[in-house]
Amino acid sequence: MATPPHGHDEKEWHVTTETVQLLTPEGERVDHPDYPLGDVDIKGMYRDMVLVRRIDTEAIALQRQGELGLWASLLGQEAAQIGSARALSPRDMAFPSYREHGVAWCRGLDPLRLLEMFRGVNNGAWDPKEHKFHLYTVVIGDQTLHATGYAMGIQRDGSEDEAVIVYFGDGATSQGDVSEAFAWSSVFNAPLVFFCQNNQFAISAPPERQSRVPIFQRSSGFGFPGIQVDGNDVLACYAVTRQAMRAAREGQGPTLIEAFTYRMGAHTTTDDPTRYRMASELETWRLRDPIERVRSYLARNGEADSAFFEQVAEEADELAAKLRAACLALPDPPPLALFDHVYAGDNAILDAERAQFAAYLAGFEDEGAAR
Amino acid sequence: MSKITLSRALNEGLRRSLENDPKVMIMGEDVGRLGGVFRVTDGLQKDFGEHRVVDTPLAESGIVGTAIGLALRGYRPVCEIQFDGFVYPATDQIVSQLAKMRYRSRGSVTLPVVIRIPFGGGIGAVEHHSESPEVFFAHTAGLRVVACADPADAFAMIQLAIAADDPVIFFEPKRRYWDKAEVDMAAPLSDALPLDKARMVHAGDDVTLLSYGPLVRTCLEAALAAREDGRSIEVIDLRSLSPLDMATIEASVARTGRCVIAHEAPVYAGLGAEIAARVTEHCFYSLEAPVLRVGGFAIPYPPATAEEYYLPDLDRILDAVDRTFAY
Repeated sequence: MATPPHGHDEKEWHVTTETVQLLTPEGERVDHPDYPLGDVDIKGMYRDMVLVRRIDTEAIALQRQGELGLWASLLGQEAAQIGSARALSPRDMAFPSYREHGVAWCRGLDPLRLLEMFRGVNNGAWDPKEHKFHLYTVVIGDQTLHATGYAMGIQRDGSEDEAVIVYFGDGATSQGDVSEAFAWSSVFNAPLVFFCQNNQFAISAPPERQSRVPIFQRSSGFGFPGIQVDGNDVLACYAVTRQAMRAAREGQGPTLIEAFTYRMGAHTTTDDPTRYRMASELETWRLRDPIERVRSYLARNGEADSAFFEQVAEEADELAAKLRAACLALPDPPPLALFDHVYAGDNAILDAERAQFAAYLAGFEDEGAAR
Repeated sequence: MSKITLSRALNEGLRRSLENDPKVMIMGEDVGRLGGVFRVTDGLQKDFGEHRVVDTPLAESGIVGTAIGLALRGYRPVCEIQFDGFVYPATDQIVSQLAKMRYRSRGSVTLPVVIRIPFGGGIGAVEHHSESPEVFFAHTAGLRVVACADPADAFAMIQLAIAADDPVIFFEPKRRYWDKAEVDMAAPLSDALPLDKARMVHAGDDVTLLSYGPLVRTCLEAALAAREDGRSIEVIDLRSLSPLDMATIEASVARTGRCVIAHEAPVYAGLGAEIAARVTEHCFYSLEAPVLRVGGFAIPYPPATAEEYYLPDLDRILDAVDRTFAY
């Protein structure tokens, strides 16, 4: 059948009608016909989740003690982050927002790099190429376009064994850039997975303020599949992401995954969630804790004994102590480093300002020496 | 040597860059099949393919945002923003991401992205098609901002901008697209004046007249007209708006003792203000008169039938020159 010159290729897509779940809040395994789990390292997932929660707890303490300027807690989102990130291959590229400490962990980034940013000694200065983990992006939704462009680059390179995942939240879905990224990745069939952690809060605003339809259904209007997954179920997040990434690598274009979860902590350490949510709501979600259900599963099925859980807890405390010490030892940047890395090439205006500021600073040194 | 238009010179420069570096890409609205609304990219998609010359969806933030992603992947995207007044939807990506990512990453990220923007008025266009938004970008650290003024320089400058490892906002004087001049396309790029240097385009002794983009030609005409009155104007084409080449400017003003800056953008908080402050600071004892500015008024760009009153023309520029001799 001939296609009209300006017509669209026929492509079928669907959105799920149910939330994908492979592990119940009580820790019982359930199967899903579309998402077979196969052989996975559930103990390893448990360990990752415990460690990143411990990093998170330590970072909040450091902020309360004045050692960090700010911290954005991931509490409650461990399963969404560890499950999805463990589904990536080393060649895949991840674009985070600013709360993806669990994804950073799975990509092999030293958590100290995250603390540097929140301590204010730099702006989050790691090399994205080193761990295939892009810089944290603070302006909401901007990174979805960067991920789309990167995925277009993969297409141009003719690479068939890598894809891109981009993380964003429920609030970000209202940003124009996210809609643009949906449209672009769809029309170019880019190898990209949109991973939306719907933690149910854009600071204080609920998802109902962002969208009249469930977020995962948004993809339908753009012409690609959308799936809702239990975001507190690390197995489901893993299985769904693995399948979407595989589809992207195989040339089937983008997928939107909505991981339905809950931000158990504050938006950041400056926030006071008691102003906009009931304590009882938080209690309800504590019963769906992403770590507890894995622990229940492992214990119930005899896959892990108390020695394992104790060993992971010890490891977590050691990691936190090491991280704290390293954080406190971070040097402040020297004043003239302010002027570094603005441009790749020379800039006469900036060079003149640096020289002038250096002379100004040197004046104080001379003054000190004269005394 | 051949006589070609500024639009054609840019086209040849883009072609040269596409030929020399397989990572160079062109992307924007209507840049492919149509060849761009000003035909600057004419024929490039046909010769280099849809993967390298990309007709994008109609979304400026998307153009710049995806260009950043492509640059992260190792590409050198050249984006076209169709008109000056349409760049604002991309402002967040330009200011918060493109300009700052190198700094944020302490040098581990390099974003060699060029954003071409046809700018300025004088073509009788509807609203949003005649603006001069350069100062927004000059005010943003991390960007290089340049404007070309004639075909020969445009041919070299676009290639230099693409070869630069910094993001470059590249302004093109849209009412000069059809100006013709000799362009030596055989001259090696290494001989071209660097991107961050101003150039003297007309020597003079009595006053330094600074401009860029579309008004360079107007300033040259003003210099010729003034010569008949026995007044010798030195005209400098700034080329680089960020960083400014203050060494070239100050050397000239130190000689002439007078300085006038002309641009289409509003005078208020414009580039002329920055230059005036610097010239006053560094050439204070050489100045015979205050530095004067001539440019757009503190109003939105007016409707087309009134733009002749808004745009600085030869007479308004010479009026400013005259005023510097009144001190």
